Amino acid sequence: MSQYLLRRLLIALPSLFGISVILFTVLALAPGDPFEELATNPNVPPEVRENLRAQFGLDDPVLVRYVRWLTAMFQGDWGFSFVSRVDVDVLIMQRLPETLVVIGASQILALLIALPIGIFAATRPYSIFDQVANTLAFIGFSLPTFFTGILFILLFSITLDWLPFVYRSDLDSTGWAWFWEQLRQTIMPVAVLGLYQGATWTRFVRSAVLDVIRLDYVTTARSKGLAERIVIIKHVVRNALIPVVTLVALQMPAIFGGAIVTEQIFRVPGIGSLLISAILANDTPVIMAVTFVFSILVIVFNLIADILYGWLDPRISFR
Amino acid sequence: MDHKMLRDLISQVEKGRLSRRGFVTRMMQVGLTAPMATQLLTLGGVAQAAAPSTYKPTKRGGGGPLKLLWWQGATLLNPHFAVGTKDQEGSRIFYEPLAAWDEEGNLVPMLAAEIPSLANGGLAQDGTWVIWKLKPGVKWHDGQPVTADDLVFNWEYAIDPATAAVTIGTYKDTVVEKIDAHSVRVRFAKPTPFWADAFVGVRGLIIPKHLFQDYRGAKSRQAPANLKPVGTGPYKFVDFKPGDMVRGVLNSDYHVPNRPYFDSIEMKGGGQAVSAARAVLQTGEFDFAWNLQVEDQILKKLEEGGKGGIHIAEGGNIEFMLMNQCDPWKEVDGERASLKAPHPAFSDVAVREAMSLLVDRGAIEKHIYGRTARATANFLNNPKRFASTNTKWAFDIAKANKVLDAAGWKRGKDGIREKNGTKLKFVFQTSINAPRQKTQAIIKQACQKAGIDLELKSITASVFFSSDVANPDTYTKFFTDLEMYTTTMPQPDPAVFMEQYLSWQCAQKENKWQGRNITRWRNDNYDAAYRAAQFELDPIKRAAYFIRMNDLVIENHVVVPVAFRPRVSGLAKQLRAPLSGWDNDMWNLRDWYKEA
Repeated sequence: MSQYLLRRLLIALPSLFGISVILFTVLALAPGDPFEELATNPNVPPEVRENLRAQFGLDDPVLVRYVRWLTAMFQGDWGFSFVSRVDVDVLIMQRLPETLVVIGASQILALLIALPIGIFAATRPYSIFDQVANTLAFIGFSLPTFFTGILFILLFSITLDWLPFVYRSDLDSTGWAWFWEQLRQTIMPVAVLGLYQGATWTRFVRSAVLDVIRLDYVTTARSKGLAERIVIIKHVVRNALIPVVTLVALQMPAIFGGAIVTEQIFRVPGIGSLLISAILANDTPVIMAVTFVFSILVIVFNLIADILYGWLDPRISFR
Repeated sequence: MDHKMLRDLISQVEKGRLSRRGFVTRMMQVGLTAPMATQLLTLGGVAQAAAPSTYKPTKRGGGGPLKLLWWQGATLLNPHFAVGTKDQEGSRIFYEPLAAWDEEGNLVPMLAAEIPSLANGGLAQDGTWVIWKLKPGVKWHDGQPVTADDLVFNWEYAIDPATAAVTIGTYKDTVVEKIDAHSVRVRFAKPTPFWADAFVGVRGLIIPKHLFQDYRGAKSRQAPANLKPVGTGPYKFVDFKPGDMVRGVLNSDYHVPNRPYFDSIEMKGGGQAVSAARAVLQTGEFDFAWNLQVEDQILKKLEEGGKGGIHIAEGGNIEFMLMNQCDPWKEVDGERASLKAPHPAFSDVAVREAMSLLVDRGAIEKHIYGRTARATANFLNNPKRFASTNTKWAFDIAKANKVLDAAGWKRGKDGIREKNGTKLKFVFQTSINAPRQKTQAIIKQACQKAGIDLELKSITASVFFSSDVANPDTYTKFFTDLEMYTTTMPQPDPAVFMEQYLSWQCAQKENKWQGRNITRWRNDNYDAAYRAAQFELDPIKRAAYFIRMNDLVIENHVVVPVAFRPRVSGLAKQLRAPLSGWDNDMWNLRDWYKEA
């Protein structure tokens, strides 16, 4: 097992390297520079901008810049933001908690929706419940998050005036009041992400359970006289969940991507909104770091998916 | 009215027996304009008095939190590094300059004891120096006193090229000398009529020497105080997350009595302008929203919510259409739009005049910008003392046709005018931005009726406004016939603003297109007027030079001013905030309060 892990991690290194090369080249080819605002401000002489470019090494050839970035990265130095002049790792660590809270909560919400509904629908295929659940799921994943987000704001913040639509990372209150405030402001972004994901997963859970529920061993379990509940939970769901777990783990990075839009709409100060503002400001070190974090997540969650798969299904061995 | 009587009246104002307004009204009765009258007072030795503060609260604090919403969050809090407005505003919560600009373009003392003038000996007769006196007893938030050493340090800090401060342009041609513990002399390399740049306004915020002295030059990035400002402002620093949130709390030791009103302040960043407008105007979640570049129709709808309204602060920013004076389609010595290749059509003033008659400024104001812009004939519109009254604009397709006919531009078979093989077919570029594309369409339509064909081109803002030397689509390269954008006037003195037509400022390959004259128009009279204004110390004569320069640009139809664009902010109904188009929104944060 540990050998397998080690091998997988070693394979991950070249892919990370490849990703970084592509990212860097794309960014270098993209037009614009981080000191654009200086260019349009008549009170700042052009020398200032040239000086800044020289100081931050922006005038060097792409290759030189890349090698410099890579060697720094190997030493654990993520560089600093051209815009805020703050170290990139500090920026990311400041924002990661918010993203994890929102994404974590939305994943839990999605699972809470998808598992019971998906399983229940699969045990009664083509019933009214199944039809309704299917239709809703279809609507759910057809609506993009940026649309539902704005819809939620219109309904809950503006028409009903129940919830705030500007997320604040540092609330003044403490104790229960803090918890209440936090709940009120997280509910919309979490619901937007969670419902979308839940809808996708509901359909997947349903079909996975449907595949298993018709198998002979389920009939055997039933004929042994086991209670329906036990048949479903112990025999059906356990086996049906294997592909679901893989899917959940594999979709994790995509969810981070989806969170970018949601964070922007609700002004959640997560790494997604950091990425957007960095892209708008052509802040290369931050874009590199955030996208790099995303690529690490993809690789790590792929690995987790594989390991979980083997653990749930002992027929698969790590070699 | 003779000059004796005039002097008499001025002295009455000086002694306080006659109000400034009374004086101005009397002057207007004898035919002088208001700006002229105020200028007379300044000349006569009466300091430029800003409008008296309208601050009402009678004690410090008690106002609860003040919540500001910026749709781009502040990314750093060192004013010397503040690239964009968002960063300047974030720093402005904690730092103050010696003086700031109010909405009429007058100086208001902040950390200075008084505004330097000829009368108080603060200004040199020959314009080569200015003496600033610090208000005594002002303390940094950590209790250290503010002294002249801090001022000298700010100058040293900014002029060091290794610091890479954006304020270097403000300080580099000056020498700051300490006179005593509370006063400094700013010396200029040459006579400078506009002496109020260093230590004033946006780029004049003062940082404490004792926290930054070890972090000068290349080490400047590492200063802990870059992210934890210790200033003199009405609010003390609490916490900062770049791009997201700046928080401050009331400074109980603030140097102005009864201020500030609010117990705490927070400046939230992120999102976009429309939802920021919504959070202030419609739901009232926030008290203030910055720079609402939103179509007026939407703003009006949001205002119906009744929670707030918009405020319009007039600066000098102008949306204008430029006509290339050089041929962008011909390469001379490997350079497009070279100064050696005059534009085949726009070198004829008749074509330029026709173009300016074809821009329907009234419709653009009415249907596109609404309250957020004004049609104008002038390039230089503000402060009022510099605005020309000699110009006017018109939208007249028939006249445009007549002008072109008279100049010999005949319609061809396809309806497009031509002369000596040159067709009036132009490429018109601007950045991608809904109001701009609509404006382009309006102009194109009118041009069609006059036998001019426009090809519209829109470029992503991040490319159009970049300084990328390798990219042909930047606004400074201007490799098309026409282009349109907004040029900003960040300070009330037009000297820098009017550089945009100087012959030695032409944007070309030689200066990597960093010259500020984008149209590449060259005119000896303009150059002469500018040179004269640079050394003219008499404010009235100087204003006349700038008006002359504006008129030269307009009479020669070098550009077409499309709309004068003030700054639009959203304010909660009860919030009273003195805003200015000449400084940051928070220039006078200490006077912000809420009506009960």
